[in-house]
Amino acid sequence: MGKNTALRVDNVGVKFRMANEHVDNIKDYAIKLMRHELRYHEFWALKDISFQVNKGERLGVLGLNGAGKSTLLKVIAGVLKPTEGTLQRGGKIVPLLELGAGFENQYTGKENVFLYGAMLGYQKEFLKEKYEEIVAFSELGDFINVPLKNYSSGMKARLGFSIATIVEPEILILDEVLSVGDAKFKKKSEKKIKDMFDKGITVLFVSHSIGQVRSLCDRAIILEKGRMIAQGDVATVSALYEEAIR
Amino acid sequence: MKTFIQNFKKYRFLLEELTKKDVKLKYRNSALGFVWTLLEPLLTMIVLTIVFGTLLHKRTPHFAVYILSGRLLYSYFSTGTKQALKSIRRNGGMIRKVYVPKYMYPLAASLSSYITFALSLIILVIVAAVQGIRPTRYLIGAIVPLATIFLMVTAIGFLLSTLDVFFRDLEYIWNVATMLIMYMSAIFYEADTLLESQYGFLIRYNPLYAVIANFRNAVVYGRPLEGFYLWYPVAVSLVILVVGLLFFYKKQDSFVLYL
Repeated sequence: MGKNTALRVDNVGVKFRMANEHVDNIKDYAIKLMRHELRYHEFWALKDISFQVNKGERLGVLGLNGAGKSTLLKVIAGVLKPTEGTLQRGGKIVPLLELGAGFENQYTGKENVFLYGAMLGYQKEFLKEKYEEIVAFSELGDFINVPLKNYSSGMKARLGFSIATIVEPEILILDEVLSVGDAKFKKKSEKKIKDMFDKGITVLFVSHSIGQVRSLCDRAIILEKGRMIAQGDVATVSALYEEAIR
Repeated sequence: MKTFIQNFKKYRFLLEELTKKDVKLKYRNSALGFVWTLLEPLLTMIVLTIVFGTLLHKRTPHFAVYILSGRLLYSYFSTGTKQALKSIRRNGGMIRKVYVPKYMYPLAASLSSYITFALSLIILVIVAAVQGIRPTRYLIGAIVPLATIFLMVTAIGFLLSTLDVFFRDLEYIWNVATMLIMYMSAIFYEADTLLESQYGFLIRYNPLYAVIANFRNAVVYGRPLEGFYLWYPVAVSLVILVVGLLFFYKKQDSFVLYL
């Protein structure tokens, strides 16, 4: 992997094995095993995906629903292990996918800062140091000491966003353009992301919207039924995509 | 191995947070909170002592401490394994969205139950003092069964948490299994006569009974640990740990597909 490569994906494939009928308990499993009724069908959610993202590049991932975009993001984020192929990452990846996925509802906002921060792999001292900054950015004020179950969904998203973006990652993964909280916070979060863009971090941006991809990215790939059917600079690829979905 | 240690160091704080979370939430939701940890085993002990001691005319010395020591260890075994069993599925939401080393979840479940268990030992100290049991130099031996049971619960936890991802009814099966193990552990009766009967092997080769027996040797009777009861549960736990970890590592990449 070259010095300037932020992410390198080589022949990645993800195979899902789906049972024809959902078997999730021992009783059904035993019965079906005896009757020889355990059948699976396999399908490749991703197959032969290879691309490379250089540092500072902004790559758009285009594709219809079910094309494998989310699967690809999960593979890159390390949640899903590819069935075949390899993946090399050149720095800390922060997926701004589902903010606050690990929040505990009975915990206060403060406790969640540390829990969620730990989940993202941050250290205690680091979180202590950044705690004030996180709270200030989230604009939660005194609500930070209230259990999360009393938060509105916008407040949760604000807290999640503030924790996740406290470090500037080398690689940022975005699923659609984030719209977090109310109009005011939305502006603020968009500004923060834009600042990161301007600093030249690597971005992976997933969207159905050609307009957004055009304005944000400089390169793009198209996924269709788990395969990559095009890659190149954003103008060419988005023109192809427009053609394809017509 | 080196990357494993690096990764563990990086996520050590997560282990701490997950463990803390279980302990904190356990106490936050009940009005009596911490008192309940002490009161619950005490009340059960009183009931069992009345039923098996007074009504059945057992004249065992220190019967209350005998029951309490067995019950405390058993309840850690039971809650620890049950929490660990559910740990992967309960945290499914996180596992599907954020990468963290997955072994943290069953390990944190076992650890947090162990902390609650350690706190509940306070009541044992109080009851033992009331019953006039004086600490002897053999008390230090209690460390061995206390460490062994943690190893045992953690090992079983890895195995069960993996299986539970694929088989959701495992929880009910394990509930029945722990009940069976309870009756094989001589918690509220004296094991001596049963051990000599033809079914004595059921108790003797139950690793949990071995741990309980040695814990009683150190705490209740003030005598040295028994050799067989010392190495046997350690050996069994290590075998389960190796099997459990191998199984866990083999299957962990497909957890996300089933959660």
